[in-house]
Amino acid sequence: MNAVIHETDHHHDHKPTGYKRWLYSTNHKDIGTMYLVFALVMLFIGGAMAMLIRAELYMPGLQIVNPDLYNNLVTDHALIMIFGMVMPAAAGMANWMIPMMIGAPDMALPRMNNMSFWLLPAAAILLLSSLLVQFIPGTGVPVNTGWTIYPPLSVQVGMGMDLLIFSVHLLGISSIMASINIVTTILNMRAPGMTMMKMPLFVWSWFFTGLLLIIVMPVLAGGVTMLLFDRHFGTSFFDAAGGGDPILFQHLFWFFGHPEVYVLLLPSIGVLGLVIPTFSRKPLFGYKPLVYFMGFLFALGLVVWAHHQYTVGMSLAVTTYFMIGTILISIPIGLMIFNFIFTMWRGSITFETPMLFAIAIILMFSFAGVTGVMLAVVPADLQYHDTYFVVAHFHYALIPGAVFGLYAGVFYWLPKWTGHMYDEKLGKIFFWWTTLSFNLTFFPQHFSGLAGMPRRIVDYNIQYIEFNQVSSIGAFAFGLSHLLFLYIIIQTVRGGKEAGAKPWEGAQIGTPGLEWSLPSPPPFHSYTTPPEVK
Amino acid sequence: MSTNTTAEQDYFIPEPSRWPAVGVAGLFFTVLGFALWMNGVGFGPYSTMIGGAILIYLLFGWFGDVIDESLTNKYNSGVDRSFRQGMFWFITSEVFFFITFFACLYYFRNISLPSLGGEGHLATSNILWEGFKYSWPVVNLPDVTNYTQIIEPMGPGGIPAYNTIILLTSGVTLTWAHWGLKKESQSQLVIGLAMTVALGLFFIALQAYEYFHAYTELGLTLNSGIYGSTFYMLTGFHGFHVTLGTVMLIVILIRSAKGHFSEENHFAFEGVAWYWHFVDVVWLGLYVFVYWL
Amino acid sequence: MSKSKMILAVLASLLLTTLAGTAYADYALNFPEPVAPLTQQMYDLHMLTTKIATIIMVIVIGIVAFVLIKFRKSKGYEADQNFHKSTFGTWSWTLVPIIVLGIDLTIAGSATDALQQVEDYSQKADVTVKVIGSQWKWTYEYMDDDIRIVSNMLPKEEAGDNYLRAVDNPLVLPTGKRIRFLHTASDVLHAWWVPQIVYKKDSIPGYINETWTNIQKEGTYRGQCAEICGTGHAFMPIVVEAVSPEKYEAWKAEKLMVAEAAAAEASSDKTWTKDELYARGEGLYNTNCSGCHQVNGTGMPGVFPGLVGSKIATGDIDAHINIVLNGKAGTAMAAWAAQLNDLELAAVITYERNAWGNNTGDAVQPADLKSARK
Ligand code: HEA
Ligand code: HEA
Ligand code: HEC
Ligand code: CUA
Ligand SMILES: [Cu+2]
Repeated sequence: MNAVIHETDHHHDHKPTGYKRWLYSTNHKDIGTMYLVFALVMLFIGGAMAMLIRAELYMPGLQIVNPDLYNNLVTDHALIMIFGMVMPAAAGMANWMIPMMIGAPDMALPRMNNMSFWLLPAAAILLLSSLLVQFIPGTGVPVNTGWTIYPPLSVQVGMGMDLLIFSVHLLGISSIMASINIVTTILNMRAPGMTMMKMPLFVWSWFFTGLLLIIVMPVLAGGVTMLLFDRHFGTSFFDAAGGGDPILFQHLFWFFGHPEVYVLLLPSIGVLGLVIPTFSRKPLFGYKPLVYFMGFLFALGLVVWAHHQYTVGMSLAVTTYFMIGTILISIPIGLMIFNFIFTMWRGSITFETPMLFAIAIILMFSFAGVTGVMLAVVPADLQYHDTYFVVAHFHYALIPGAVFGLYAGVFYWLPKWTGHMYDEKLGKIFFWWTTLSFNLTFFPQHFSGLAGMPRRIVDYNIQYIEFNQVSSIGAFAFGLSHLLFLYIIIQTVRGGKEAGAKPWEGAQIGTPGLEWSLPSPPPFHSYTTPPEVK
Repeated sequence: MSTNTTAEQDYFIPEPSRWPAVGVAGLFFTVLGFALWMNGVGFGPYSTMIGGAILIYLLFGWFGDVIDESLTNKYNSGVDRSFRQGMFWFITSEVFFFITFFACLYYFRNISLPSLGGEGHLATSNILWEGFKYSWPVVNLPDVTNYTQIIEPMGPGGIPAYNTIILLTSGVTLTWAHWGLKKESQSQLVIGLAMTVALGLFFIALQAYEYFHAYTELGLTLNSGIYGSTFYMLTGFHGFHVTLGTVMLIVILIRSAKGHFSEENHFAFEGVAWYWHFVDVVWLGLYVFVYWL
Repeated sequence: MSKSKMILAVLASLLLTTLAGTAYADYALNFPEPVAPLTQQMYDLHMLTTKIATIIMVIVIGIVAFVLIKFRKSKGYEADQNFHKSTFGTWSWTLVPIIVLGIDLTIAGSATDALQQVEDYSQKADVTVKVIGSQWKWTYEYMDDDIRIVSNMLPKEEAGDNYLRAVDNPLVLPTGKRIRFLHTASDVLHAWWVPQIVYKKDSIPGYINETWTNIQKEGTYRGQCAEICGTGHAFMPIVVEAVSPEKYEAWKAEKLMVAEAAAAEASSDKTWTKDELYARGEGLYNTNCSGCHQVNGTGMPGVFPGLVGSKIATGDIDAHINIVLNGKAGTAMAAWAAQLNDLELAAVITYERNAWGNNTGDAVQPADLKSARK
């Protein structure tokens, strides 16, 4: 019986067909593709919300949306971008690449892998209905809380919050299952000879990402469950009259929320760990320190959460601890940045699109990092907090830090995935277009923040008008650039120059991993027998 | 398993399976139903029931497939390790779920409640709650208007003490069953498991009685302020896990009776055993921090 | 001014890739001028970290630019495959963290003094103000004198260019005195923030946070609520009027007199006519209630109930009094018992019962409220 299955599986590249291939999939590449496509769809939905936000803020006054709808859009924009776009895209890359990189036949638990994915559309439906129920009368105040859903406001609002809470539950289950799968795959499925210290940096980055998620997701689930009980079952976790404390929710949220930003960042650091050596034609500089400092970042990242809550009134000792802890995070990340720069040092650099993105990330994410360190300084943060300065900081962190890393990954691996080269010229246009318009969008926000513009406001005083107009114009340009992105992807999937097994000659020197030993696109089942590892 | 000569090479990759999608549908309808139900939408309870039914169907279907595969020796030692590691990480995440609630308890007792009572570094807050003095258990709330008054808090004696003994004993019987499995003594395995299941059920029954008692006589409810809230959150989630664990034990009991496990191939048994011990340990924490201190 | 700011913003944006944070010296692109010792310290700290950040960015950009120019394949540069084995390659993993640690400690160290100051509550304050955030207005209670100020946003027509930054009743404070703020909220989180004079601490229902300041310069200082608090979050501005201690005393005396008169009026046994109450009620309604129930009483369907023809506003008077006095737990409807006096409450309720076609003809008397309060 056993043998028969293997005959059919391995000797012909047979694939299931029709909807069952996708809905019932147990194949890491197909699931990876679904993750990536889902992320792309969500990028456009979350991005469309951002466009509405920026259109509303183009002028003072209420033009397009009412205050509640505005804040609901902000809430869902954030949740969709983070949970629906960045995390699934990174998980899609993990699914595609990790088994190929470590020489595994597939993910360790293929059926669970499929469930992790399909929970996402279900959660997305709940999340979007939390936005849409406000149009049904009698459902209460819309979710006007921001993505941090702080009580007591989130206890006050209507039915949308319940849908959102359950959506977060599903997202949490999905992430935990995906992380268990990835961590188990990495620990258990390596080909003989593929020791941990031979794994590409991308695999390491996902190892720590997975661990982070396994630890922090249950805490978020616990927090929102308590919120649900306060809303409906008369408990008083977040109500002082009953002996509770609204601030406790913030601790739970940020115990999840801060590690979450490294969940978003790390996979993209992993991608840089491949792209930069490839196009510098030189092995990664300081691989071992990078791995160890990633572990350091993992540990430190878990214990600095309260830097989002400097204004809630913690004691001097606690505040000081969180300040110093947070500032120290510049050490592991600084090492990463500099090791990437030293990888380029004395390299032989060419400037394909993934490399352009990588360089932009080094520069722009460093900038986000140093504004992060400015925010970490408590007395100054008492001024910055909840202004557009913070919005600027985190879009610099999220877009170059996470999203551009994913773009780099997409351009780097599209040839592998599809077997076709993308159009290099269009790729370069896309790079310059996004980078310039991104800066145009978010750089001025530092200044509107310093000038005193709070975040999450639908209407603002005319003194902030110039910043906002520049920002909105930048945002529209940035949004439009994504139509080009979509075009490039579709074009590459449908055809184009043959990529060959080894599309990047530099990879042979910089990152000669197992994945390049397979043809492009790789067969449905990558390895019939475990590959040789030198 | 050992009969499979290619064991080390062929990692079992299942054929496409409908169960993940079924599972998603089940979860989706369940939680959608909850959300609607809580807001008084008529369809809510039905949606939850549909979801629940799908989930039960799922458990039979998915576990059925896995059991078949296990019995037809499709799993090599690599698959077995994946299952074990997967279970390990799952329990890790569960541990953090419970740590959350213990941490909340710590936070209330040592940080926020003292402030409300006029100590600690937000002590000024007390001017909003004149007359409120903090002591644990919080019987007199800062403002009881929206809450119900506790008549008497829960003590460590009586039912909780019995429950501690029950759960500790169940850990022993389970280990005894495991020894039976290792000795290939089917009867010891089955008897041990049956005793564990019985103790689990007994625990659940006692806890149900305790809740009943708390609601009817002690005035200790979800609605009686922070003490009630934390009490039910911790014991309730624990009780839920005990229930899950008992169901899993029952499945394992049936499978043991059918002779599914061998000395080498019994991941399912071990997974459940780990889970049960984990639930056990959480209870000890509960006993100390919720009932006793 | 505004054109030049726009051009500056555009330029600044484009400058990013060469020099981060160039234009920080101009107040238009920076914090507004601080006028209290603590905000001054924060400003200095901000300038320090900005400079450090700029230097770091210059270094990073400089190295990367050098690398990009020097080590490119198109210029025929061959990669040095042994670079990571050099002495530098072997030791950089300690070198980089040590340097970064040094900078980190410098930054953290420079913050400790200001932090101590922020958390220093040992000194006695000359004026203590309890600042209560509610959806969506601010209430100030002077703890040492019996003064309460309710501060609502001014509508666009009255506020002009200061729309969203202007209020009807500003908080009045003396200069040169140590002022202690006690922050709390009545419903959800808010944050009271006037960047020039006080940093923010959250207003948390049921808890009290403290900040303090000592204003050095007379003037009008503006700020906004800085923590999302629902529908009206954008619409709860803050204005502080800082005046000399003499003017402050004069203002206080006058305020106390007016308050006393109002209290006397409210507690006198006088029976008011419906029209008198109605007229008073209209103004009170429009400042206190119209934020939710709207000026024309229609509310916001599904969110805030309309009062036009509503069961409560046209039915049993006691039920009406009860909901306004005690609010409704779990909803945005707050208890007004502590915020308005009997006369004011009577007036608002009378207004609601007779406006917009709610022609009940009822005149609710302060005495009714007095008995309902028990
Ligand atoms: C990918 C996401 C991401 C990343 C990586 C980071 C990274 C960092 N963030 Fe950021 N942050 C967010 C996403 C992210 N952040 C989001 C989403 C929010 C807002 C959430 C909300 O409220 O909605 C936020 C908010 C936020 C705050 C709260 C602000 C407030 O609300 O008042 C703070 C405060 O300390 C902070 C600090 C930091 C720091 C110190 C880092 C560090 O990790 C940065 C370290 C990196 C460097 C320092 C650069 C490289 C190093 C060198 C070049 C070496 C030399 C440098 C020095 C010596 C300084 N962040
Ligand atoms: C990974 C996360 C992520 C990403 C990628 C983005 C991307 C963008 N974000 Fe967002 N954002 C957050 C995470 C993210 N954001 C978070 C966490 C918050 C805080 C929420 C809170 O306060 O609770 C936030 C808040 C936030 C605000 C502050 C709102 C407020 O406080 O009131 C603003 C305002 O400018 C904004 C803008 C944008 C813009 C213009 C983009 C752009 O980059 C988007 C660009 C992409 C597209 C536009 C793709 C879609 C393209 C089309 C639809 C084609 C059509 C194009 C046109 C019609 C022009 N975001
Ligand atoms: C922050 C928003 C808000 C403000 C300000 C507010 N209310 Fe309300 N009000 C509500 C909400 C929400 C309800 C509905 C409560 C419920 O669910 O029964 C309500 C209900 C009422 C009702 C009962 C209406 C009915 O038919 O159910 C009356 C009367 C009322 N408010 C009067 C007032 C008065 C008088 C004021 C000002 C002094 C005021 N409200 C200010 C939000 C507000
Ligand atoms: Cu009050 Cu925002
Ligand atoms: Cu953070």
